[in-house]
Amino acid sequence: MKLLIVDDSLIMRRAIERSLNHTRFTEIHTATNGRLAVEMFEKHRPDVVTMDITMPDMDGLTAVDLIMKKDPAAVILVVSALADKSTAVEAVKRGAQGFLLKPVTAESVHNALEEILSD
Amino acid sequence: MEEAILKIFAQSVTRYFATVAGGEATLGTPYLNSDRESAAFDFSAVIGITGTHRGNIYYTAPREKLHALLPLIGEKEPDDRLCAELVGEITNTISGNAREELGAGFMISTPFILEGNPLTVHAPKDSTCYILPVTWNRHRSRVLVSLQANPSPEKS
Repeated sequence: MKLLIVDDSLIMRRAIERSLNHTRFTEIHTATNGRLAVEMFEKHRPDVVTMDITMPDMDGLTAVDLIMKKDPAAVILVVSALADKSTAVEAVKRGAQGFLLKPVTAESVHNALEEILSD
Repeated sequence: MEEAILKIFAQSVTRYFATVAGGEATLGTPYLNSDRESAAFDFSAVIGITGTHRGNIYYTAPREKLHALLPLIGEKEPDDRLCAELVGEITNTISGNAREELGAGFMISTPFILEGNPLTVHAPKDSTCYILPVTWNRHRSRVLVSLQANPSPEKS
């Protein structure tokens, strides 16, 4: 499976990558903002995307919109520190299948990915 | 208002260390940084706040603390680049988590990394800057909270 990790934080991109089941995810791509995420999505067509929200250039919610327009079947897990309920609701409304609140652990990322892939 | 805001950030910091570092952080009594003196350790990051509040949130930590924390998140070879990235991510997480109480109108910027001393606190006119001391695993760090309620959020 192919995964696209979108986060402006190097620490987070590496943490998410380390948490993966590398037998399941054999191709991993990364992007540091929403605009690059949309470009990478078009280029690689990943099976799953993890998407931060607060990023420079283009935020994650806008990127979710654009990706869902390109592929309404895209699978997106939003991973964000924004803890208000309305942001999580908005992410799901725009097409994300899940919302994981930072701070995360390797186990919480792993479980969240397994859960959205089992749906 | 200050006490309520500081309590929210204290909760965010506690949650961060409990989740990521697997151990409680001890929070000291917040105090006023009235002289705007340098409160910086080796690495600092700042996040700008707009919307319902205006101001900045800083997190600052010494290299030794970050070198102790990085292996716990899987970084086995800590270096200065990772230290800078980590203070940025901690600032982002504690600021974003504050929206659980403060709502979506508490708008946060992406983190800006500041390296070395001195740290100059940029604060809205007439606002105060509080320092929240954080001790984890005997290492000290600080959260600086300089916020003012914004009576006209749509103009920020």
